[in-house]
Amino acid sequence: MAENIKVPTMAEYMAEGKQPEVLFWVGCSGSFDDRAKKITKAFVRLLNRANVDFAVLGTEESCTGDPAKRAGNEFLYQMQAAGNIEVLNGYEIKKIVTTCPHCFNIIKNEYPGLGGNYEVMHHTTFLKSLLEEGRLTVEGGKFKGKRITFHDPCYLGRGNGIYEAPRDLLRKLEVELVEMKRCKKDAMCCGAGGAQMFKEPEPGKEDVNVARTEQAIEVKPEVIAAGCPFCNTMMTDGVKSKNREDNIAVMDIAEMIATAEDL
Amino acid sequence: MQILAQIAFILAVAIGLGIFIRNIRRMIRNIKLGREADRTDNPGKRWGKMAKIALGQYKMVRRPVSGIIHVIVYLGFIIINIEVLEIIIDGIFGTHRIFAFAGSFYSFLIGAFEILALLVLVGVIIFWIRRNILTIQRFRARELTEWPKNDANYILYFEMVLMSLFLIMNAADYQLQLNLAPHYAMASGEIAGAFPVSSFLLPLLDGFTNSTLIIIERTAWWLHILGILFFLNYLYYSKHLHILLAFPNVYYSKIKPKAEFDNIEAVTKEVQLMMDPDADPFAAPAEPEGEAEGESEKFGASDVFDLNRVQLLNAYTCTECGRCTDQCPANNTGKLLSPRKIMMDTRDRLEEVGENINKNGKFEDDGKQLLDDYILREEIWACTTCQMCIEACPVGIDPLSIIVEMRRYLMMEQSAGPADLNNAMGNIENNGAPWPYNQMDRLNWANEN
Repeated sequence: MAENIKVPTMAEYMAEGKQPEVLFWVGCSGSFDDRAKKITKAFVRLLNRANVDFAVLGTEESCTGDPAKRAGNEFLYQMQAAGNIEVLNGYEIKKIVTTCPHCFNIIKNEYPGLGGNYEVMHHTTFLKSLLEEGRLTVEGGKFKGKRITFHDPCYLGRGNGIYEAPRDLLRKLEVELVEMKRCKKDAMCCGAGGAQMFKEPEPGKEDVNVARTEQAIEVKPEVIAAGCPFCNTMMTDGVKSKNREDNIAVMDIAEMIATAEDL
Repeated sequence: MQILAQIAFILAVAIGLGIFIRNIRRMIRNIKLGREADRTDNPGKRWGKMAKIALGQYKMVRRPVSGIIHVIVYLGFIIINIEVLEIIIDGIFGTHRIFAFAGSFYSFLIGAFEILALLVLVGVIIFWIRRNILTIQRFRARELTEWPKNDANYILYFEMVLMSLFLIMNAADYQLQLNLAPHYAMASGEIAGAFPVSSFLLPLLDGFTNSTLIIIERTAWWLHILGILFFLNYLYYSKHLHILLAFPNVYYSKIKPKAEFDNIEAVTKEVQLMMDPDADPFAAPAEPEGEAEGESEKFGASDVFDLNRVQLLNAYTCTECGRCTDQCPANNTGKLLSPRKIMMDTRDRLEEVGENINKNGKFEDDGKQLLDDYILREEIWACTTCQMCIEACPVGIDPLSIIVEMRRYLMMEQSAGPADLNNAMGNIENNGAPWPYNQMDRLNWANEN
């Protein structure tokens, strides 16, 4: 698919004396991880399609400090937060959208105490609002009638009470939404949170992502839908470890919508 | 004789309550060893949460079998305690069923208590079967052996005995009333109370003389009230404290989004100083506000003193039901971490510190601490911070916050994080991402195919 995406930066907007409608916070995973970059680009295609006036920080963006904070390194987290808040406040950012629930949570809930006050949205909530405003249309398309299960990211679902926005989007795609036994408030973690993504797991009988993938496989989905780049990696690895990558895809909801729309 | 019984009764109640109050005061003293925690915000929301979760048992019934039985035992416990009020008044004044003047309403109450007592008895027996015969994973965990396992069973035996005594007492009392025994029978000739359950026990009392019946009734009455007083004092040593503490614990529980962790203010001050271009690095440190003089604040927690009071209250409230551990992804996949054990360890260490203070007047260093001597680093690092434990807890306990405090201690006071995690921290510090990519490459994705 030929890339034809527009990704303006805040610096460019500033130079033109303009302010975007929303800042897209890409996050480390979305910027650097090969799998997550696809999610980033899919989301940008949707933003372009809906004519959303957005910008990214680009090279001025830095880790929010989430892995540092969850690992207990409050000092490093607050250093990162202070730097990011300085940049965000410098650009007078009011509204932020992000494809990563960890960035979402930390900027929304933990930055305000350090002087960073913004309206922060997860991309599923943002996409839902675009649909409601009629700026974006989604029809069944490629996923119509397919069996899909949604894996709730901890920092979006249990952590911030957002369960329905991603499911509403899936319903728009007219999929057959099947729930895992452990879903919503009771959803099991993919195993990446709390900085586990960046370390080897402690000794045990199984890896968390494999256990969670087994729960997903139980409901026989064609696609495991995700809303977090880290969950996506963990579930993708889980599916591979079960040798099911040929018939079970792991996709972010933004990717599903973009694919359904052939963007 | 009667007056002696009354005096003995008053003494028993006074001693029972006295010891209970002493224990509660010790518990409060121990909780106050922790750091202050400000949870005075949003009183309306907090009362509401308490009504829903503590009083209304909202989270208990999310597991319907244990939840519904628990509601029955809980209601039985609360409602049957109305009867204890009458027992106490009768005991002090030597009266018989002082509330019987309420007539049919009284009969209704006593009848309802009997039915509840039977339901409680059945419920408690089912609980015992669940714990001891069925293989329910959360009751077979490694932290639930020895005292915690026995404690749970003792409570069940207690409740079985108390309910049985209540019913036996009523049966003997009913028979005595039927026999028109003096002191028991009402002047009006009516029966005080209704005995829908204990009347089935009457055949067992067949042929007993009134004096034997009185001995049975008095014995059951005394054992019942003494049992309750004993149980009251057993609470402090048991996981059963939740019957009192669930209420304040839910009130003070976390009402912010579960994924929101607090920011450490002392760190904020240091970071501000570092970021301030005008700050003089050689200047004498500013007067600490509200901190102990000359002592810089310790980051995180290695012992119970470093935890806050809500966390310590959490530890006393934990009923060791294991719903947290049962849904913990780390525990589910065989890691050492069990959120329930985090709470049990915290309480055990706090009690050890409390005993130390009881003995020495003040805390004498015992060379031990919560971290390493109770909670292992392997447990702390296995947590995914998914907040399932907070969600699962029926009484609003937050084991995750204790785990995070211990990570903070390990990271910031000891620089003792796992090596691969330290690499990620180094990357964040140096190039603004947990992986070793250059920050200048952050936007490369926009131009890649």
